[in-house]
Amino acid sequence: MRAVLSAVTFLPVVGAALIFVLPRRWEGMVKVTALATSIVTFAVSVPLFTRFDASLSAYQFVEQRAWMPTLGVSYHLGVDGISLLLVLLTTFLMPLVLLSSWHSIERRWKEFAITMLLLETGMLGVFVALDLFLFYVFWEAMLIPMYLIIGIWGGPNRVYAAVKFVLYTLFGSLLMLVAILALYFLHGAATGAYTFDLPVLVRYVLPAGRAQNLMFLAFALAFAIKVPMWPFHTWLPDAHTEAPTPGSVILAGVLLKMGTYGFLRFCLPLFPQATMTFAPWMFALAVIGIIYGAWVSTVQADMKKLVAYSSVSHLGFVVLGLFTLNPQGMVGAIIQMVNHGLSTGALFLIVGMLYERRHTRLIADYGGLWSVVPALSVIFLIVTLSSIGLPGLNGFVGEFLILVGAFQVHRPAAVLATTGIIFAAVYLLWMYQRVIFGEVTHEENRRLPDLSLREWVILVPVLVFIVWIGVYPVAFTGKTEASVQALITQVQTKAAATAAMASR
Amino acid sequence: MTDSILLPVVSLRVIAPAAVLAVTGFVLMLLDLLPPRQRREHMAFVGLAGVAAALVATVLLWGSEESGFQGMVVLDNFTLFLTLVIGYATGLVLLLSIDYLQRLGMETGEFYILVLFAATGMVVMAGANDLIVVFLGLETMSLALYVLAGIFRTRIEAGEASMKYFLLGAFASGFFLYGIALIYGATGSTNFNKIGAAVAAGAARDPLLLIGFGLLLVGFGFKISAVPFHMWTADVYEGAPTSVTAFIATGSKAAAFAALVRVLLVALRPLQGEWAWLFWGLAVLSMTLGNVVAIAQQNLKRMLAYSSIAHVGYMLVGIVAGGSFGNGGVLFYLLVYTFTTAGAFGVILLLERGGEEAVRIGDTAGLAARHPLAALALSVFLLSLVGIPPTAGFVGKFYLFGAAIRSGYIWLAVIGVLNSAVAAYYYLRVIVSMYMREPEGTPTVLAPSFAGALALVVALWGVIQLGIMPAPIFDLAQSAVLPLLR
Repeated sequence: MRAVLSAVTFLPVVGAALIFVLPRRWEGMVKVTALATSIVTFAVSVPLFTRFDASLSAYQFVEQRAWMPTLGVSYHLGVDGISLLLVLLTTFLMPLVLLSSWHSIERRWKEFAITMLLLETGMLGVFVALDLFLFYVFWEAMLIPMYLIIGIWGGPNRVYAAVKFVLYTLFGSLLMLVAILALYFLHGAATGAYTFDLPVLVRYVLPAGRAQNLMFLAFALAFAIKVPMWPFHTWLPDAHTEAPTPGSVILAGVLLKMGTYGFLRFCLPLFPQATMTFAPWMFALAVIGIIYGAWVSTVQADMKKLVAYSSVSHLGFVVLGLFTLNPQGMVGAIIQMVNHGLSTGALFLIVGMLYERRHTRLIADYGGLWSVVPALSVIFLIVTLSSIGLPGLNGFVGEFLILVGAFQVHRPAAVLATTGIIFAAVYLLWMYQRVIFGEVTHEENRRLPDLSLREWVILVPVLVFIVWIGVYPVAFTGKTEASVQALITQVQTKAAATAAMASR
Repeated sequence: MTDSILLPVVSLRVIAPAAVLAVTGFVLMLLDLLPPRQRREHMAFVGLAGVAAALVATVLLWGSEESGFQGMVVLDNFTLFLTLVIGYATGLVLLLSIDYLQRLGMETGEFYILVLFAATGMVVMAGANDLIVVFLGLETMSLALYVLAGIFRTRIEAGEASMKYFLLGAFASGFFLYGIALIYGATGSTNFNKIGAAVAAGAARDPLLLIGFGLLLVGFGFKISAVPFHMWTADVYEGAPTSVTAFIATGSKAAAFAALVRVLLVALRPLQGEWAWLFWGLAVLSMTLGNVVAIAQQNLKRMLAYSSIAHVGYMLVGIVAGGSFGNGGVLFYLLVYTFTTAGAFGVILLLERGGEEAVRIGDTAGLAARHPLAALALSVFLLSLVGIPPTAGFVGKFYLFGAAIRSGYIWLAVIGVLNSAVAAYYYLRVIVSMYMREPEGTPTVLAPSFAGALALVVALWGVIQLGIMPAPIFDLAQSAVLPLLR
């Protein structure tokens, strides 16, 4: 079990290499290899969860090897309660996403499979890297597969969306690179140890002031673009609308979490003083995002766009939760990341399934599907309710904890955010009503087939987790609490130390 | 009593790599007289053997610290590292040229001879410790390149490229020579160490020296094509045969940077505070203008020309930053840039439509479907130019901007990274074209070429290897600049 994280991270690359040497005409073999790789990756990642010691806040399954010793760059991997669930979310969604591509991806399956598997490695690497250089490598490297997925297999306006996605993200992350380097040299000058190792850098107390604030902002910009927080969200609807279903699911399910994860892993512990300074601003942006996303969702005619804007709203909750800096809010934020991955991922999957049947995503082209595709309608309902935050399903747990956390620190923000839940009910239920209830308004819709076996296999695992987290969240939140508590303590002690330095 | 004639002690060891290249050039001249008259590719192989021998000599000499010819030439790790860069560039260019020239019916023996002589000049520049020797190397290299740029003599653009390159180059050489004269007047020497001593002793306030240095800078600025001395770049890159363009973009730049860094560090280090700001401005101008103008280009060679101006800007960032980190970063970047650019031009020169070269961005449309491996290779090179990990381009920029931040030039680093984001747009455009567009009209195809494929494999290997495991080579690059910083 020594190199389990490396194994999980790089198994997809092995699969991609295998597919690379397969001849193009063996498309079935390509598909099976890709799926098998993702399933094996998931299987290998499960012990991370079962063997994870929830009582420890330290990084577990740690691997560290020298990479560029003269620069202080090392190959350093590890998971804690913050990243564990995200790693599993990634490995869990990947097989489902590949299954959902089975027929919806019609050309260049070989390239598609390779790109998806490389993307998986990039995402997993982001979540397990404990070295800033290594993290940055994964963070950037992951852009290219996503760019290709949108740009090659996307909709009519795909090139625009793909380029916009890359340029937005690159712009933010390059400034983060400057901040990473600045931190590296500041730390080196102060302590004599030049290193990119996160656990080491986190121990360093930066003086309060302009340098810390600017570095925080550089990191925060990169993450805010990724999340995306209002007003940096404009790439998201384009990317989502143009991306093929598997791309949207991965984008919503995992990629956006890289932004919120970045806040937790880097911004908070590295720049605690600036975090406190800017927390009110982050609250404001989060709340604007929650309400704006919800309102814009309401008026969308295209289901995919609606779900895309709902992500802006849902991710607003996550940002709100993680800047509360109290256990409820932060645990809620982490669990809400997972929830959003499951619920919104499932929504995109269902929209994709409808699209495969009718080749339209416009709400107006549907109506009365309940009598035509009952099974799909029921699952759609459960997923919609989970996304709204119905008690008993997963979404409730996260949003409730976040709001509990937010009420303690910033009541007006919490109150405004709560309206977001109401709006979520409005836009999601209204969409559901128009698509599923009523009479069948379009003749073409009368003979739509219900869920196929493959689609059952895709959706049921998601449903299991939607219910499981809703009914017994402690199985998941329990894994995160120790790490979150440690993070909060760390932020507070460091902020206090910074303040003490300043007053001296 | 008879005066004994003092024979100067000539240590050929000091110039061994350059000598090997020069001798190979002479051998090629003889070979050119021998049959078979129609096919000249054996000359390329002899040239490659010469380059390989020069590389072997370089590796064997690694670690030496000696000077020869009365201190005019030095052999240290700095010289040797750049010899490696130039050797790689020459080797890649020879490999790329073989089938390319035959395909276009332009194969002549002179081509290979001139490449070897140009390489000789470059290596001489890398080891020069005297302004006169820099000039010798510069002219040897430039004269060969002027001819190479116009070697497709039946083409109008080739004539334009050659003429423009020659005229502006000669002009720049004039500046250079005038600068040497003024510096000699101010310090009484053309030797870097002696100039450095004179500057340290107070010659720095001599306007003669400052003007001389300014003129020298114009010459260097021209050779590395830094803004505002870049005017020739796009036309020459476009008109010259693509493999020659690759050579101009990589080898000649490496040589000019070598001489520039040595002049700055050995002769003008006492003035670092002053020239750092000058190069700050040149870096910002080159990066920004190069990237912005590149966006508007439709021709791949012109696009890469402006991109090369931008990359010169990035390397000037390393010079501004200074120290072993900054200058080592420049050397490392030169190597990275050689692999990347030679690779990118290598894919482009294989593209053809009906026997004609196809060098417009539109010509790459749908290439991924027809030639997936070539498209993949070009994508990797372009991503390396953008600076996306895990390619070498990322690591190179990482070192350069890291050095700038370390020396406190935060804003320079910020301008640099923002430029990288701008640059992503036009590089990605080519990837968009290859992967996401359908060809209009007759699709371009890739000319089969074993030698070309070999060159691409070497370049790809370099880009990936330096991207994933840069540490050993970067350590070498850093140790290579140490002799200059003493």
